[in-house]
Amino acid sequence: MKIEEIYQRLVSRFGDSIRELKTGVKDPWIEVASTAIADVSQFLRTESDLKFEALNDLTAADWLETDAKKKTPCDPHVEVVYHLYSYSLKHTCKLKVKVPRWKDGVAGELPEIPSVAHVWGIGDWHEREAYDLVGIHFTNHPNLRRILCPEDWEGHPLRKDYEFPLEYHGVRGK
Amino acid sequence: MSLTLEDPRIVEFDVRTDEMLVNMGPQHPSTHGVLRLLLRTDGEIVHEVTPHIGYLHRCAEKIGENLSPPQWIPYTDRMDYLAAMNMNLGFSLAVEKLIGMEVPEKAMTLRVIIGELNRIASHLVGMGAYGLDLGTFSPFLYAFREREIILDLLEEVCGARLTYSYITIGGTTHDLPDQITIPPGLAQLTERNPNLQLSWINALRMFLDWMGPRIKEYHTLLTRNAIFVRRTAGLGILSPEMAMSYGCTGPVLRGSGVDYDLRRDGEAIYTRMYEGYNYKIPVAPFSDPAFGGIPQEVKLGDNWCRFFVRMMEVAQSIEIIRQALDRYPSSKGEYRLPFKMNQKLPADEVYLETECPKGSMGFYIVGDGDAEPFRVRAKSSCFCNLSVTGPLCQGVLIADIPSIVGSLDIVMGEIDR
Repeated sequence: MKIEEIYQRLVSRFGDSIRELKTGVKDPWIEVASTAIADVSQFLRTESDLKFEALNDLTAADWLETDAKKKTPCDPHVEVVYHLYSYSLKHTCKLKVKVPRWKDGVAGELPEIPSVAHVWGIGDWHEREAYDLVGIHFTNHPNLRRILCPEDWEGHPLRKDYEFPLEYHGVRGK
Repeated sequence: MSLTLEDPRIVEFDVRTDEMLVNMGPQHPSTHGVLRLLLRTDGEIVHEVTPHIGYLHRCAEKIGENLSPPQWIPYTDRMDYLAAMNMNLGFSLAVEKLIGMEVPEKAMTLRVIIGELNRIASHLVGMGAYGLDLGTFSPFLYAFREREIILDLLEEVCGARLTYSYITIGGTTHDLPDQITIPPGLAQLTERNPNLQLSWINALRMFLDWMGPRIKEYHTLLTRNAIFVRRTAGLGILSPEMAMSYGCTGPVLRGSGVDYDLRRDGEAIYTRMYEGYNYKIPVAPFSDPAFGGIPQEVKLGDNWCRFFVRMMEVAQSIEIIRQALDRYPSSKGEYRLPFKMNQKLPADEVYLETECPKGSMGFYIVGDGDAEPFRVRAKSSCFCNLSVTGPLCQGVLIADIPSIVGSLDIVMGEIDR
């Protein structure tokens, strides 16, 4: 199924929660409202003509321009990207969820996105990694702990404004 | 096969004790690197396994945001360091997809030869180390004897034995050498003059001719070995649904009976490399009675199937390389298209997966008009394959944990990045 058809299916089912279909890029994507992502994922996973059995990749990016010389700075936000694949129907789909960099604009309060760990088993680990490195709180996640960094690590390294710690347990950082 | 305490065949007497937490790793030799498994055990039976990873985390993705793609290629080497060529290839293809570059035919043929050769080397380590996990030492020595020759050949091509950075954006860094001295291991095994001068292609052909019949010996030595079969068959059964849900790929997925290989089913930029090659994709269950038949205890998706898929892939890779070597002299074009170190990347984003020996390695690159990507992401196949250990190891004996983890063939460098 083409991404345009998937988009139409989703719009007829979820209406306004499906924000946008972005075409004219190398990998077209569908933008989904953050509150609807768990339901949309469940729908894509179970419908007989969609059947996305696999979550190939889940990752996040922090959109914050740190280069002051840049002429067209991006709108600051954090986005989570889902790459889905259907083994039985051999089609792919890319979803995006965009949220503000901090919840309610308070620096340090992580933005919240519903977890998809109950839809795909691998969602568990991928979301833990996104939480660990980019700093997104996945609500309803069964076990949202850091996965690559130590549990007492501070901050989320893939944030663009992350500052490397000067010291960690007596080890100098710089 | 999930064991319960009530199962009289396995637990002859009541071994129930207090629950105990056992730390397996991160220095345990059978966890294939710095992997720490936290086992909640009751006597010999494991109730819960929690993998702890991250001991080898090197912030590769963060580093990638500050380097241009050609500068980041050496970092991809250090992900799956047993198949660094395939890591280079996956990242190079993703960048080529982003900038819309199509490499010439000659570069594609070269990439097939080198990529498949490295796949054989990786599977040989997988086989040898798996035998080692289960207590047999000899297959490991044979596997490394063969791998040594592959490393010698790759060294002749690019100068490095492990971290090659050979496949690069636009093609490869060098063409194949015209004349080399025969690798010492190959000269010894084929009883040839150690000073023999020959072309790299002929040396590889000589190696493949010698390697082909060896696979049968591995099957005699390991695959059909009664102890090996008892320790692997019917154990760690991974259903196809679970494999797909947990994002398992590569031999782990095919061992569960899902017929999927990116070399055939992937995106066009990758599959066109493999167009016109005649090869089979081994998928469980195996009905082919080659090599003396399949042991009866084997069940779909068990450790033995995952191991056997790898062994069958070695034979197929040899076939692919032979065909690529025939094709190489008449391949058109250059071995490399120019790509500047500070070439600007378009403001777009791509995700591309390639079939690496361990599974589907994906690279996600976001460009923003600068030479350095805004975000690079390496989706590790071993990361996904390892995530299934928790559910897979419930209710097994402690001694079976290395058997299950080993069958997933993980490399920590790729998991932790």
